[in-house]
Amino acid sequence: MTEPLVRIEAVSRRFGEIRALEQVSLEIRQGEFFALLGPSGCGKTTLLRILAGFEHPDSGSVTLDDADLLAVPPHRRPVNLMFQSYALFPHMNVAKNIAYGLEREHLPKAEIRERVDAVLATIGLTGLARRRPNQLSGGQRQRVALARAIVKRPRLLLLDEPLSALDKKVRAEMQLELKRLQHEVGITFVVVTHDQEEAMSLADRVAVLSEGRVRQIDAPVPLYERPADLFVADFIGANNLVTGMVGADGLQVPGVGVLPCPVPAAAVGRAATLAVRPERVRLGTEGGLAGVVRDVTFFGGTTRVAVDVTGLDRPLLATVAGATAVALGDKTRVDWSASDAMLLGND
Amino acid sequence: MSATRTPPRAARRERLVGRLATLGPGLGYLTVFMLVPLALVLGYTLFHRGRFGGIVYEASADNYTRVADGLYLGVIWTSVKIAGITTLLALLLGYPTAYLIAQLPRAWRTVALVLVVLPFWTNFLIRTYAWIILLNSEGIINRALTGLGIIQRPLELLYTQGAVVGGLLYAYLPLMVLPLYSAIERLDPQLREASANLGARPARTFWSVTLPLTLPGALTGCVFVFVPSLGNFVIPELLGGGRTVMVGNLIRDQFLKARDWPFGSTLALIVIALLVLLLMAQAWAARRLTDGTDRA
Amino acid sequence: MRRSNWLYVPAGLTYLFLYLPIAVLVVMSFNAADTPYRLDGFGTAWYGKLFADRAVREGLVNTLIVAAGATALSTVLGTLLAVGLARYTRSKLLDAIAVAPAVLPDIVLAIGLLAFYTAVQFTLGRHSILLAHAVFGTAFVAAVVRTRLAHVDGSLEEASRDLGATPLSTFARITLPSLAPGIIAGALLAFSLSIDEFVIAFFTTGPDNPTLPIVIYSMVRFGVTPEINALATLLLAVSFTFVLIAQRLSRLTESI
Repeated sequence: MTEPLVRIEAVSRRFGEIRALEQVSLEIRQGEFFALLGPSGCGKTTLLRILAGFEHPDSGSVTLDDADLLAVPPHRRPVNLMFQSYALFPHMNVAKNIAYGLEREHLPKAEIRERVDAVLATIGLTGLARRRPNQLSGGQRQRVALARAIVKRPRLLLLDEPLSALDKKVRAEMQLELKRLQHEVGITFVVVTHDQEEAMSLADRVAVLSEGRVRQIDAPVPLYERPADLFVADFIGANNLVTGMVGADGLQVPGVGVLPCPVPAAAVGRAATLAVRPERVRLGTEGGLAGVVRDVTFFGGTTRVAVDVTGLDRPLLATVAGATAVALGDKTRVDWSASDAMLLGND
Repeated sequence: MSATRTPPRAARRERLVGRLATLGPGLGYLTVFMLVPLALVLGYTLFHRGRFGGIVYEASADNYTRVADGLYLGVIWTSVKIAGITTLLALLLGYPTAYLIAQLPRAWRTVALVLVVLPFWTNFLIRTYAWIILLNSEGIINRALTGLGIIQRPLELLYTQGAVVGGLLYAYLPLMVLPLYSAIERLDPQLREASANLGARPARTFWSVTLPLTLPGALTGCVFVFVPSLGNFVIPELLGGGRTVMVGNLIRDQFLKARDWPFGSTLALIVIALLVLLLMAQAWAARRLTDGTDRA
Repeated sequence: MRRSNWLYVPAGLTYLFLYLPIAVLVVMSFNAADTPYRLDGFGTAWYGKLFADRAVREGLVNTLIVAAGATALSTVLGTLLAVGLARYTRSKLLDAIAVAPAVLPDIVLAIGLLAFYTAVQFTLGRHSILLAHAVFGTAFVAAVVRTRLAHVDGSLEEASRDLGATPLSTFARITLPSLAPGIIAGALLAFSLSIDEFVIAFFTTGPDNPTLPIVIYSMVRFGVTPEINALATLLLAVSFTFVLIAQRLSRLTESI
């Protein structure tokens, strides 16, 4: 279960001046649901295309089952890709699209038929086998694209922004479906996405990429609770970030005061950034910092309050359960426990 | 009440005026200078030539039975064959050229395309004339071949069907490359990647994905080359030396020499009929490609 | 996708095929001697002879008159037609009529027009060629302008109406300017097609005032003369500059 299936070591790729990937190393374990997460241009798509064989790294190595993957041409790799645009062949019907990859393996006709029928049943599109792609809805196309890839029973299934083209309701449905399928077929999934919610909800482990470098690889919960650096803290979830100097009892911010946080002895005297999640921030009448409510946004289950604090250039966010009593323009105080905040180096 | 009824009427009037002002002049012009002339040609096919030229307005199907005569059928067959070979050669040369251009870096693509089209913007007769110089028994090709010792005596290149095919190919090749290029360029590169990803070798990808999806463009190119080749009379005359007679030559002669307009019109109608058939085939292929449910 | 290098072979053949005859013409035009197939020293004698040729000069003038007139007519008709087809109708038949002249074999249009001119006892001359050329000119202008129209946001016109402009001033101030690149491209196309057109001109020309292609036709039929090489080279030079300018212009208008 924990045996690495794919080993990516020190992979770099440049396009002219742009460093798409810079010394990227990571391992993907057999049977896991892995996510490559990052903003657009972070190199995640390049990495995906290297795994599929459409790009070649300038340096570094990639192995699958301990065999060199880079030496294998795209059409011989046991790696299948679900394209972001789905890339369904418009001149073939659903069944032919799905059978295409199996035909390339020169399997007996009866077996191809059987496997196509089985996968159609799995994704719930049995009745649509003879439709052409342009007669399908977005969600149906995605299912066909997925079926076309998994029917090959690849060692590794790559999914490029699998949910980005779907509307909100279909998204939630597909999200569940993807997890169920992954469980059912037992294939290792690698999903590439810029949407942190998508990555966090789908994946067992997430690699956060930025500017061609891996910032952190972790399971969703530690990633959220213990971001490795400022980029991850800012990118994953909402966060309040305040810069200052580390003092003995917290972060000293000129013009604001000392903000509570755990202080490692080695950090004292250095510049750092304090991060505290909005749901850890309390609004009250005493303690902490004084501020004025600038915005109240009701989300149904929770309410987000933005508070302007004198001396800070960005308002502090607080997430409160249910509706809140504070209103626009109210004076309030903002506070949090030192243990709920964390310090991150400014690099 | 009238206040609520006036706006729609004004809008309707405005639409009518807009329609007349925009469509009226152009359609009027095309009616007078294209539809009426075509109707005349169609009508003439039913009559026959008078003893001293002119037209005798007695309806009959004589012209059609005359076309079925072996001589004329032979000419039509020769024309279709020559135009067909030209089209096939244009496809064989044009497809790889268009394919390569579509894969060039963007800046080079425009240059390569302009270079394909440039000869097309020079006079058609002069382009034909260039081939007389090249193919003549004392021409460059023959002198190069004799000079290299490949042949002893000059080959008879000019005034052959081959020369006619070469001239037609030269005249219309760009018309094949352009629609092919736009079809290939429009093809989503991810479809080819998907094919490779699913285990297809490059050749298989070409046959199963690229070729079928660019077929409508190829057929458009075929129509663009076939139709003007079929109706051409200048190239058969100049490069075929009168030995190769195509349906275009027949039509020209019926109108300008024999002055048998009714029969010339009948021959022209056959050309139009072939054109319509081709266009229908092209539209059918394009539609079939992506639309509709496959029959079980 | 990796580029397939073997493609350079057929593509190279295509370019060789396209340019070898042209290269030969250009080289032979500087032939010093009267040998159409052999180069005997360099000279520009044939250019001098060409400029002295009255038939060619007059043919050129006739061609320009016909092309200018046909272009003006087809630009107006074609632009209006394109707007009308895109905004005021959905008829497939009208669409087909508008593209028909571009698709019809030239000889069919040629005999049709000859029959028509004869039937209504129209005199033949430059004007009859001009009117004939405007038929396919209109179709090409309409086609080019329509592709431009497809890229122009239709809500611009609605915005203009919404802001109180009359239909006519909307057409003049919004529709026409946004179509300008298409109209220019269509006009250039109509002009160059008319200049080059032979078959229809051949059928609809009168006894006098032949256009340049008709003059060239009789020269070529008469026999091979290096004078044609000189003419060909000059026409090539004009076409090449014309294409280059058009290319620049279209890039310029696209960037606006």
